[in-house]
Amino acid sequence: MIKNNIKYLAVLALGLVACEPEFDNPIDETTSFTSGEADFSKYVALGNSLTAGFADNALYISGQENSYPNILAKRLAFAGGGEFTQPLMSDDIGGFSNDPLRFPPRLVLEFDENGENPSPGVYAGGVPTTDFTSNLGSSFNNMGVPGARVYHLGFPGYGTANPYFGRFASAANATVIGDALAQNPTFFSLWIGNNDILGYATSGGVGEDHNVTGNTDPSTYSVAGLDITNNNTFAGTYSQLITGLVGSGAKGVVLNLPNVTSLPFFTTVPFAPLSPLSPTFGPQIPTLNATYAGLNQAFAFIGVPERSITFSETAASAVVIKDESLTDISAALTQALTPTFGAGLAGILGAQFGQARQATANDLLVLTSSGIIGELDEDRAAQLVGLGVPQEQAGQFSINGVTLPLDDQYVLIPDEQAAIETARVAYNTTIQGLATANGLAFVDIAAALSQAANGGIPFNGGVVTSAFASGGGFSLDGVHPTPRAHALVANSIMDALEETYGAQLPRVDIGDFGTITLSNDVIQPPSN
Amino acid sequence: MHNILMISLDNWYFLLNLEHQFYKILKNKNNSKLIMRKLLLLVLFASTTMATYAGGYRVSVQGQRAMAMGHTGVAVVNSAELVFFNPAGLVYLENKLNISAGASGIFTDVIYQNEDLLLSSETDNSVGTPLNLYGSYKVNDWMSIGLGVYTPYGSEVTWPTDWPGSHLVNNIDLAAIYIQPVLSFKLSDKFSIGGGPIYVTGSVNFNRNASRTLTDFEGNRSNITVDDTGVSNWGWSVGAMFNPTENFRLGFSYRSEIILEAEDGEAVFSNFPNSTSLPANGTTTFSAELPLPAELTLGLSYQFHKKWLFAFDYNRQFWDVYESLDIQFGNGSTSLNPRDYKNSSVYRFGLQYQATEKIALRAGYYRDESPVQSGFFAPETPRNDSDGYSGGFSFAITSKLAIDASFFYLRFEEVDESYDFATDPATGARSSFGGTYKSSAFAPGLGLTYKL
Repeated sequence: MIKNNIKYLAVLALGLVACEPEFDNPIDETTSFTSGEADFSKYVALGNSLTAGFADNALYISGQENSYPNILAKRLAFAGGGEFTQPLMSDDIGGFSNDPLRFPPRLVLEFDENGENPSPGVYAGGVPTTDFTSNLGSSFNNMGVPGARVYHLGFPGYGTANPYFGRFASAANATVIGDALAQNPTFFSLWIGNNDILGYATSGGVGEDHNVTGNTDPSTYSVAGLDITNNNTFAGTYSQLITGLVGSGAKGVVLNLPNVTSLPFFTTVPFAPLSPLSPTFGPQIPTLNATYAGLNQAFAFIGVPERSITFSETAASAVVIKDESLTDISAALTQALTPTFGAGLAGILGAQFGQARQATANDLLVLTSSGIIGELDEDRAAQLVGLGVPQEQAGQFSINGVTLPLDDQYVLIPDEQAAIETARVAYNTTIQGLATANGLAFVDIAAALSQAANGGIPFNGGVVTSAFASGGGFSLDGVHPTPRAHALVANSIMDALEETYGAQLPRVDIGDFGTITLSNDVIQPPSN
Repeated sequence: MHNILMISLDNWYFLLNLEHQFYKILKNKNNSKLIMRKLLLLVLFASTTMATYAGGYRVSVQGQRAMAMGHTGVAVVNSAELVFFNPAGLVYLENKLNISAGASGIFTDVIYQNEDLLLSSETDNSVGTPLNLYGSYKVNDWMSIGLGVYTPYGSEVTWPTDWPGSHLVNNIDLAAIYIQPVLSFKLSDKFSIGGGPIYVTGSVNFNRNASRTLTDFEGNRSNITVDDTGVSNWGWSVGAMFNPTENFRLGFSYRSEIILEAEDGEAVFSNFPNSTSLPANGTTTFSAELPLPAELTLGLSYQFHKKWLFAFDYNRQFWDVYESLDIQFGNGSTSLNPRDYKNSSVYRFGLQYQATEKIALRAGYYRDESPVQSGFFAPETPRNDSDGYSGGFSFAITSKLAIDASFFYLRFEEVDESYDFATDPATGARSSFGGTYKSSAFAPGLGLTYKL
């Protein structure tokens, strides 16, 4: 009798254990995620700053942790993906201790004392601690190298030129692609080519367009990275990279290149930022227009009345820019202005306005112009004083974008935009063509970023746009993505992997990923 | 896992001891197998079907004897537990002095997962300990006085810090202690009324992250803790009891709504980045209101055999008062959290079997409807509809003193739900947090009943 009852009680005890809640289909036992035809066991990511997780004008740990390859790798882990390593920096500050001027700490968003007027500032709550001369001693799954162009990946000794690669190059003469292939990747991602046009674009087109020069030898290109890579050079080099990567049977995904007009770096500063309501600019308008009246007469006399410069007293006016595509009328202008200003100043003004015009909606002002427009260019003023112009007048003719035309480096004029777009379209044709030819997954990230720039991409908790600082898509340098945008890229890649390889992977909720960092620990005090 | 294992072992021994007791008693009484089998059946029924919790943050564990019977009691004249269940019934208690005291240990667990995003989490709640202490004294044949101390509202939920829903809650600990003197009047042998004022003192400790993504420079999640104790207010309850026959009772009780208003509580902002556009780190004040809803109970009991009593209670809980949890901080920040609860019902059934002179066995079942509406399922009170199973017994040590034991188990269906009103403090945009939830609650309790 008692024995039997103990049996009952044992059943009861088991019943109590069953009190612990348990799902019908616990996800940790779910095996519905698969790699399809791909093998994610060894994933190597190749690319530039975007792949490295560079953001806010610096490489730092949390940016790297939120790089799209790292986000992707964590999801691939549910379908056979292996460990994913990254050449992490030493801190969350960014920059290199060896050269903090060239490699400064990251940007953060500071506010004034009233919690208003946000502006980016260089973080000053700590100093960079990463020493690029100490080699990390191994290769990493994330082989993204900030600054890299397509031809850099196969460039022996690139690590001696670029400390971001130097930190983990296997040898002094190593190549990025060589170190990647040495890891025997079963799966790769390749997002390269942005810098082949972006360096030219962010510098306002001061470099050379090698589709015009016909120069196909990248070893002779601008060391500062200001040139547009020749389309054929791009195609040949990109093809070699793909050939190497698929050589051992690896599957992969490639991403194309977004339009620069998707990037807040080129869309944030309006072409007409000079407001009559500005307490510094507004009162000057009558004087400025009176001064420009003489110049405008000269423009009319020379036959270019369309170059007339006037500032509206009721609406915001366009800045004055130098358009190097215009016929240089310096000599004629000097001649026309001499009776009014005298030979000395007329010569200076003739040169200053020989290719000047007011900007139009077709011009793109780069983000870095926002800090100088309407400000006195002290170097130019000093230069004018040196040329014999009285101090006061020298100052009057040295106001950036108002009396001193904005230099080439601050403006992408339509010709320059066209050069960039021509190259981008050719590169993208190459990328998509090679993806198709090699059966690789392809992500049209250009389309996604275009959507972000034109209306935005909705998600659970808002809309990602390319609006500077507030849009959620771009970090404070205006070029590099936020963690949230990296998450978007990772989801787009998973879409492509599903389409091409039949891989079933769990997406991420991009609203769980952050955007920019607020901090008033900055080098400069808030400025207006 | 660990907790649950411990519970099951405790109960294993508990049940073994119980069995041993029964065996001894039965051997003494020598009336053997039939009763033995009945007892086992009852225990089996009680434990396989097992207990009393309720929706929202109502914790219905206000008496060990009632708890064992599915927390019925508005029409059961059994002990001083009537101070809570129906003060009108106190005057029908036979003894001059009645005291009931008890405590339960509530072990709760909630698991969460999101299959699409591959998220999962599980609470690590500490043991909730609702207490109750009741006494009644028969002044004369037509009047009794009573006093009760009980904890009908509370919630203790601890998710792992920075879990996927941490912008809604990391952990919360709510408690409200009710202190209530009552008077009970017999108007006739068939009809009585009772009631009294309620003094409530409550406390809250609630931590959650400021948003889904905000961190300080080092990446630590910005978070806010609100803490306040001694938040007090007054309320009242009334009851009535009608006994149409000797074996049949009808009961009614109503406990008023009480709004706890926290003023100048302590709020601590932590890990906010150093920015003039955001609240500063450190301590500020907060004010908020938390309603403790009114509850109406109608019920009956029927002594259908000299040893058997059946009870039924219907609770209506007026949760619609809980529209929003709005917190106003001393530093100017606010946090608005729509709740939009609806009124809900609980249906309770209880059975008591007076097995021997010294032993009464009890079992119960109840259906507890959640006041939470779809789209408002916040993980701080992750309750959906549930079935409660309870059981227990009283053992009379002497004619004056008895031990009361109860346990309950709340069974929840797993539910796919979301909270769609999380508001990003920076953008004002709303996001949804959801997935599949499953909860369980188990509570053993012990008490003493003394009568003189």
